[in-house]
Amino acid sequence: MCLSIPVKIVSIEGEYATVSFGENSYRAGLHLLDGIRVGDYVLLHAGFAIQKIDHEEAEKTLRIIDEMQDP
Amino acid sequence: MRLIGEYRERKRAEKLLHHIRSEATGDYTFMEVCGGHTHAIRGFGIPGLLPDNIRLISGPGCPVCVTSRSFIDQAISLAGIPDHVVASFGDLLRVPGSHGTLEKAKASGSGVAMVYSVNEAITMAEKNKNKKIIFLAIGFETTIPGNASGVLEAERRNLKNFFVLSSQKIMPPAMKAVVKGGTRVNGFICPGHVSVITGSRIFEFLPGQFGIGCVISGFEPVDILFSVLMLVRQVNRREPTVEVQYSRAVKPEGNIKAIKLMEQVFRLTDEWWRGFGIIPESGLQLKQRYEFFDARKLVPVNVEESEDEGACICGEILRGVSTPGMCPLFGTGCTPSDPAGACMVSAEGACFAYFKYRDHG
Repeated sequence: MCLSIPVKIVSIEGEYATVSFGENSYRAGLHLLDGIRVGDYVLLHAGFAIQKIDHEEAEKTLRIIDEMQDP
Repeated sequence: MRLIGEYRERKRAEKLLHHIRSEATGDYTFMEVCGGHTHAIRGFGIPGLLPDNIRLISGPGCPVCVTSRSFIDQAISLAGIPDHVVASFGDLLRVPGSHGTLEKAKASGSGVAMVYSVNEAITMAEKNKNKKIIFLAIGFETTIPGNASGVLEAERRNLKNFFVLSSQKIMPPAMKAVVKGGTRVNGFICPGHVSVITGSRIFEFLPGQFGIGCVISGFEPVDILFSVLMLVRQVNRREPTVEVQYSRAVKPEGNIKAIKLMEQVFRLTDEWWRGFGIIPESGLQLKQRYEFFDARKLVPVNVEESEDEGACICGEILRGVSTPGMCPLFGTGCTPSDPAGACMVSAEGACFAYFKYRDHG
């Protein structure tokens, strides 16, 4: 129910955006976010973009794991 | 952007498992309270990868599973009135009420439509002014802001035939009820997409009041294993706190615009949860200003409270005191194709996930 998928903003038409996930495209309401731009990645849930995904944080999480020293 | 494949990479998962195995020296029980996590944990076979001294149990995190029979009964009654159409998320259609499901009501001619979003229900109302469209608002903090935005949109468009029947719930009071009910938990895997909206601070009561740590987790296998490792470390250090593993999506303050929308449209109410009964201030209903949209005021539908679950132990499973395999109905009298209880209906229900992935360890 709280399933959300990371999608890319392809175009913006007023309060809605066309977003893509792989080969598929969807319509997403932008009512819950400000300052979204074409090319941003957002989480799509029940027809709404609920948050912009932070690229730096995504990389940081992977880096922390990759830099862990063997126990 | 690297968002999925990198969080499923085998070598990262193995590295995390290596750390978990070497650092987990005690006994640990961690509860996930998001149906999406339940599904991911079972689907990726995580329990079979973890050492035996780490137990993962499911909590009350599947909105469909905790919804009352009387809510379904009420929706079915409304759907049976001529020119009324109940618009529901697909998950809810097969949940048993006292006498059948919305899916069966639809097959017998009642007005039931499946929607993916409140916006579809609004479009439906706009195109069918001669019908009353009743949107079934269920879900947790992830879904509620969108529902709030829908109500405001209906007001802007001056729709007189759009209504909301709400069974919306918020997560923290249920987590408190789990702990107060005596379920032994050493840590919580906190719901990632609820936290996208609420932020991480709403979980501070867990370490503060109960000395239980928590990690807000993403949904890929590397996310979940990293969260388990973070919880093991918290328990080992005896320093329970709120940590965010899913930092690419969760900020301490959450999504402030979404929170404001939710607060603008809905008010806190006491709400019934399967397995717990009434939990004070755990539900959200329309504020007085928006009561015009409240389907409960639409017609006098009298539905008797009926929560007899028969042999189904869904309630105990939602409290984390039983697992699906302990139910006498599991896999025989209750399967995804013929579910007896709500936890076997939704893909996020613990029984569904345990059944579907029963060979994954």
